[in-house]
Amino acid sequence: MEKRVTFDNRLLPYLLLTPQLAVTIVFFFWPAGQALYQSLLLPDPFGLSARFVWFSNFEYLFNDRYYLQSFATTAVFTGFVTLTSMSVALLLAVLADQVIKGAGAYKTLLIWPYAVAPAVAGVMWLFMFQPSIGVLAFYMKAMGFNWNPVLNGSHAMTLVIAAAAWKQISYNFLFFLAGLQAIPKSLIEAAAIDGAGKWHRFRTIIFPLLSPTTFFLLVVNIVYAFFETFGIIHTMTAGGPGQSTTILVYKVFSDGFVGQDLGSSAAQSVILMVVVGVLTVIQFRYIERRVHY
Amino acid sequence: MNFRAMISAAAVLTAVVPAMVGTAAAQTEIQVWHAFSGRLGELIDKQISDFNASQGDYKVVGTNKGNYSEALNAGIAAFRAGEQPHVLQVFEVGTATMMAAKGAIKPVHEVMAEANEPFDPSAYLASVAGYYTTAEGQMLSLPYNSSTPVLYINKDALEAAGLDPETKPTTWPEVEEILIKLKEGGSACPLTTAWQSWVHVETLGAYHDVPFSTKANGFEGVDTELVFNGDLQAKHIGKMAEWAKNGLFSYSGRRNEGGARFRSGECALFTESSAGYAGVKAEADFPFSVTNLPYWPDVEGAPLNTIIGGASLWVMSGHESDEYAGVAKFLTYLSSAEVQAQWHQDTGYLPITTAAYDLTKEQGFYNENPGTDIAILQMTGKAPTANSKGIRLGNFDQVRTVIDEELEAVWQGQKDAKTALDEAVSRGNELLRRFEQSAR
Repeated sequence: MEKRVTFDNRLLPYLLLTPQLAVTIVFFFWPAGQALYQSLLLPDPFGLSARFVWFSNFEYLFNDRYYLQSFATTAVFTGFVTLTSMSVALLLAVLADQVIKGAGAYKTLLIWPYAVAPAVAGVMWLFMFQPSIGVLAFYMKAMGFNWNPVLNGSHAMTLVIAAAAWKQISYNFLFFLAGLQAIPKSLIEAAAIDGAGKWHRFRTIIFPLLSPTTFFLLVVNIVYAFFETFGIIHTMTAGGPGQSTTILVYKVFSDGFVGQDLGSSAAQSVILMVVVGVLTVIQFRYIERRVHY
Repeated sequence: MNFRAMISAAAVLTAVVPAMVGTAAAQTEIQVWHAFSGRLGELIDKQISDFNASQGDYKVVGTNKGNYSEALNAGIAAFRAGEQPHVLQVFEVGTATMMAAKGAIKPVHEVMAEANEPFDPSAYLASVAGYYTTAEGQMLSLPYNSSTPVLYINKDALEAAGLDPETKPTTWPEVEEILIKLKEGGSACPLTTAWQSWVHVETLGAYHDVPFSTKANGFEGVDTELVFNGDLQAKHIGKMAEWAKNGLFSYSGRRNEGGARFRSGECALFTESSAGYAGVKAEADFPFSVTNLPYWPDVEGAPLNTIIGGASLWVMSGHESDEYAGVAKFLTYLSSAEVQAQWHQDTGYLPITTAAYDLTKEQGFYNENPGTDIAILQMTGKAPTANSKGIRLGNFDQVRTVIDEELEAVWQGQKDAKTALDEAVSRGNELLRRFEQSAR
């Protein structure tokens, strides 16, 4: 039996596709093409003149060892943000799933931080942990811990990771909770009758059944850490101390919008596009195999 | 409101609105984009409304566009879209970028000449106007808010450490003695600074007649190369690194984060812009003094003058000539002695004209507010040399970031002063070469 929907009119299917195609072209292909073209130019900031320089913007970047270092910084940042926000969210989701009284209130409060803009989240965390005025910094110092994110690169990195992860926990929580609620109770109850403990049930039933959600969140979180965190970095550390929190996307932002070096900024965004593309392919090729739908 | 009332309200509006627009159109509107918010924003708004009230032909509209970097960025983006304001406030590190954008700006001397507006460049303080003037002596942008680094001292902190509260160190070795005493007296932050690159690298060079970069610090061409890794800079930064290690100097951040630590009494000595005066005066609940930026006495001829920071007003190209006539009037108004003197006294920025300085003196302001004339004396005390006229580099914002990054490595003890400065010079030179290419 023919299951495919067929159109009598040859034009109609294309016509129906047009809106989606138009959106994709205007909002994706066109800007991406512009970025590609700009990455080969060395323009002045005002757009009065631009010289075509072939790949010299890329050459300049790859000869800069600080730029190469920023790949490692980005890997550390992205890895920890993804790991922290996903594991904390999973823990909270599992706990919230078991709450009987006031579940709505708990859930609302846990989802709340997602509504906070990245720059605002950055400022809030900075307020708490700023060495001279921060409340928590004060207690850390009182306990004898020499907390100094202004000068200590690892402290600064910890701080931006915490702020970036915190903001994403709500989003992950929402998806994990939905994933948990979609797991048939009968499976868990059957396992419980067979004598499987809480941890055993989680490891062998719940976690594997959550894997589509986990995989989806993995992709989303990596993209988030790569692209959407420059507001947090900008308000908290501006990439410092040294370049210890200068992740790739922050450098795109600061070279382009602070330094007015649009050629280099465009080249960096092209590189970033390639990196994320490769990462996504890897994820779908190798990690998705372990996902049970 | 019922439906009928709405209809009649709409009818009234359609009748009245064109009439209102009609009267507004008689005035030529002039857009000014600036980077001031808070107290400074209020003061610039006041200047604008006073100007608007003083005449009926032009209406200046001031808009805050974020901080200095954001305002410059907004101006550039607007220019690309053909929506540029008439006047844009640009901070001193953006000067070379604006100068290179020949088609985007209209030099101030040209604006004044075309509008037949009386304009005498020599009325402006040479050490301020020089920063924004070509080698041929033509003023490209109007100096507006200029400041220079000075040393702030918490008198209570000195007293607590058993020192005379009126002590005013003039040299860095004298400062060191004080820092040691403060530390012994239990101070957690004897010295901190704002704008480390501006104060401890850029101004340090000018103050001791040592170049920051070749070609007269970039004034004579974009093919300039950085040379701030000399003996003097290495010695100064090395000394500060030693202080950082021994708890005599505490780093606060790249911009003016140190201000809050000084005003709260945590830090005893503070090197910061003279424009920080208003904030310190308003917030500090301890007696403080302001004195000259210290120098190294073993350098011959030192101290020279310090250099300015702050911003100037650039006129953007692409507008009508009657609008430029209004711009010329507004710039003249801003440069008048009364307006400048008031601005200087309110903010701690330098008076940009000799007349405004004289007027402030006559009004007895310096006698009532000791320390407020330190900045201007320090700027004008000696005739500037090629090394102390100022610095004009392309990509300067990024060069400063490079210096900040390398200095942070020094304060952490990861690099010694000489290595870090060498590295900053070589990284900075790459940025200068990129600018040279794009400005060709």
